[in-house]
Amino acid sequence: MSAAVQLSNLTYRYGQRTALDQLSLEIQTGEMFVFLGPNGGGKTTLFRLLSTLLNLQEGEASLLGYDLRRDITEIRLRLGVVFQAPSLDKKLTVSENIRFQAALYGLGGATLKQREAEMLAQLGLADRARELVETLSGGLKRRVELAKGMIHHPQLLLLDEPSTGLDPGARVDLWQYLSRMRREFGVTVVLTTHLLEEADKADRIAILNRGKLVALDTPDALRATVGGDSITIETEDPVRLSGELQAQLGLAANVVDGRLRLEQASGHEWIARIVEAFPGRIASITLGKPTLEDVFIEKTGHRFWQAEETAP
Amino acid sequence: MSALATSNTKDHAATKSASPATLVRPNPWLAVSMLCWREIIRFFRQRNRVVGAIGQPVLFWLLFGAGFQRSFRVGESGETSFLAYYFPGTLMLILLFTAIFATISIIEDRREGLLQGVLIAPCPRWSMVLGKVLGGTLIALSQGLIFLALALVIQVSMSVAAALWLTVLMFVAGIALTSLGVVIAWRMDSTQGFHAIMSVVLLPMWLLSGAFFPVPALGASANWSEVALHWVMLLNPLTYSVAGARYLVGGVSGDMWSPAPALCWVVTCVFAIVMFGAAWWIAGRRTTGDAI
Repeated sequence: MSAAVQLSNLTYRYGQRTALDQLSLEIQTGEMFVFLGPNGGGKTTLFRLLSTLLNLQEGEASLLGYDLRRDITEIRLRLGVVFQAPSLDKKLTVSENIRFQAALYGLGGATLKQREAEMLAQLGLADRARELVETLSGGLKRRVELAKGMIHHPQLLLLDEPSTGLDPGARVDLWQYLSRMRREFGVTVVLTTHLLEEADKADRIAILNRGKLVALDTPDALRATVGGDSITIETEDPVRLSGELQAQLGLAANVVDGRLRLEQASGHEWIARIVEAFPGRIASITLGKPTLEDVFIEKTGHRFWQAEETAP
Repeated sequence: MSALATSNTKDHAATKSASPATLVRPNPWLAVSMLCWREIIRFFRQRNRVVGAIGQPVLFWLLFGAGFQRSFRVGESGETSFLAYYFPGTLMLILLFTAIFATISIIEDRREGLLQGVLIAPCPRWSMVLGKVLGGTLIALSQGLIFLALALVIQVSMSVAAALWLTVLMFVAGIALTSLGVVIAWRMDSTQGFHAIMSVVLLPMWLLSGAFFPVPALGASANWSEVALHWVMLLNPLTYSVAGARYLVGGVSGDMWSPAPALCWVVTCVFAIVMFGAAWWIAGRRTTGDAI
C-alpha cells in the first residue's frame, strides 16, 4: 500500500519562531494516525499545512500521492477536513450547511440528494436536517461538521482536536464513526489531539514537541520503550533523593512536579529496595504501568502539561 | 448515540469512497450560485439587517429633504427640490450600506471558522469571490428597488425604460461597492475596524459623490476650496454612479455641473471591474491570517 501522507524535512517558521522543525514521516493508507503534543508543539501548524490552508515553506509533502505544492486542487478534491473551530453557518439549517459544502465540491442534483441522505443517516442527523445549526448541542454540531467533511467521500480525513467541547458520550460516538469510516471505506484518518487517552486509540502516534518529532510508533511500542514499570515517589527533597538514588542504586529518576519518577523493570522489587535504602525519607511510593504520559516525559524530559505552559 | 454506529451504510458502500472513477470535479458556477444563495438567505434571516439597510437612508432622505427644502438651490434657476436632488444619492447610500454590511460577514465567517472551510475547497478562488459579491449585490439591488418603488409612489416619476436602466446601473454599482467591501474586509480581523473604515473612507466617499451636494463648477469665480472639492469629487468613482442615476431619474437641471452620461456608465463599469479584480487578487493569496 502506498503512503497517504509523506512528509520530508518539513519546516515552518512564523518570523523567528520555528513552529515545525525538519519533520519527516509517512502515514500509511487506511491508518488511524494521531499527532499528539501540547499546544504550541507544532501540530496546529502541521494541520494547517496539510489542510492546504498554509503554503509550504521548506521541505516536501505529498498527500495521497499528490505534491502539496503543485497539485493542490487534486488534494483538495480528495481531502476531508474537520477544523477545531466550528466551520458551520449558524444561520443555516443542518441540511443547508451540508448542501453549501457539497456545492463547493461540485456536488449537485441527484448525487447531492443521495449523498446528503447518506450523511444524515450515517451521523444520526436525519430528524435534525431542518433545524438551524445555532439550536444544536456541541455534539450534534460536531456531527454536522463530520457530515460536511465527508460529503465528498474523501480518501483522507483530517481532524483538528475533534474531541474538544464534546461530552464523553459524544466522544465515543466520534470514535465509533471514525473507526467505521476506516474499516468500511478505507479512509485514512489523521487527527491531532492533546488528550493522551484519546491518542491511545490510534494505530500509531507521532509525538510533537516544540516542532520536532520526538517519537513515532504504536501506543504499545511507545509504552514498551519506557521499560518495565513506572515508579512515582513523593518525598521532602526530591532533588537530593534523585542524586542519592543515582549514587546508591544506579537509578535514573526525573523530578516531575515535585515528585520523583522512574521507569524500571520489576518495579515491585525496586520499591522494596528503595524504601529500605532510604528509611523515613519516602512519604509515598506507587507502582504503575507506564502511560503515554510517561512516554512523553521520557522523550521530552518534561511533563505533558508543563510543556504547554512553557511553550513559546 | 447508537445511530452513528448502526445506521445502514448500503448507500455509501455502493459508491465506495472517492475512487478516481467516481470523483466529482468542482463546478465553479455551482459554488457561485450556492455562495450567492447563502448570502441572500442569511440576510433575510436577520431582520434587523433588512430594516437597517433601508430604514436609515429613507429616514435621511425624508428628514434632510424636508429640512433642506427651503435653503437648497441648485444653479440659478433653483427648480430642483432637495428631495428630488437627494434621491439618487439616497439610492447609492442604500447600495453602499447593504453592500458593505453584506461583506462584513467575511470578518464573522473568518472569526467563526466558516471561511477556512471554504478556502480549502477545490473550487477556484474567483468563484468564491464572485459568489459573495453577487450575493451582496443582489441584496443591495433588492433594497434599492424597494426604495425606488417607495419613491415612485411619493415623489419621483420616471419611464419604464429609465427604471430598467437604473436597475442595471444599480447592479453594476452594487458589484463595485460589494467588491470594495470584500477588499476592505478580507484582511480585517474585527468588525470594529470595519466601522472605522466606514466612517473615515466610505461615508466621506459617499458625501463627496454629489449625492448630498452638487460638484462645484470650475467657473472664474470659483475659490481654491471649490477647485479642490471639484477635483476630489471628479476623482471619486462614486460621483459617476450618482450622476448616472440622476440622469435617469431626470434630476439633472441644465445649469448643474455633471459628468457626461456615457462617462458615468464607463467609469461605473470600470470601477466594478477594477474592484472585483482587486477582491479576487486579495482573496487569492494564502497567508497565515487565513487560519484562526
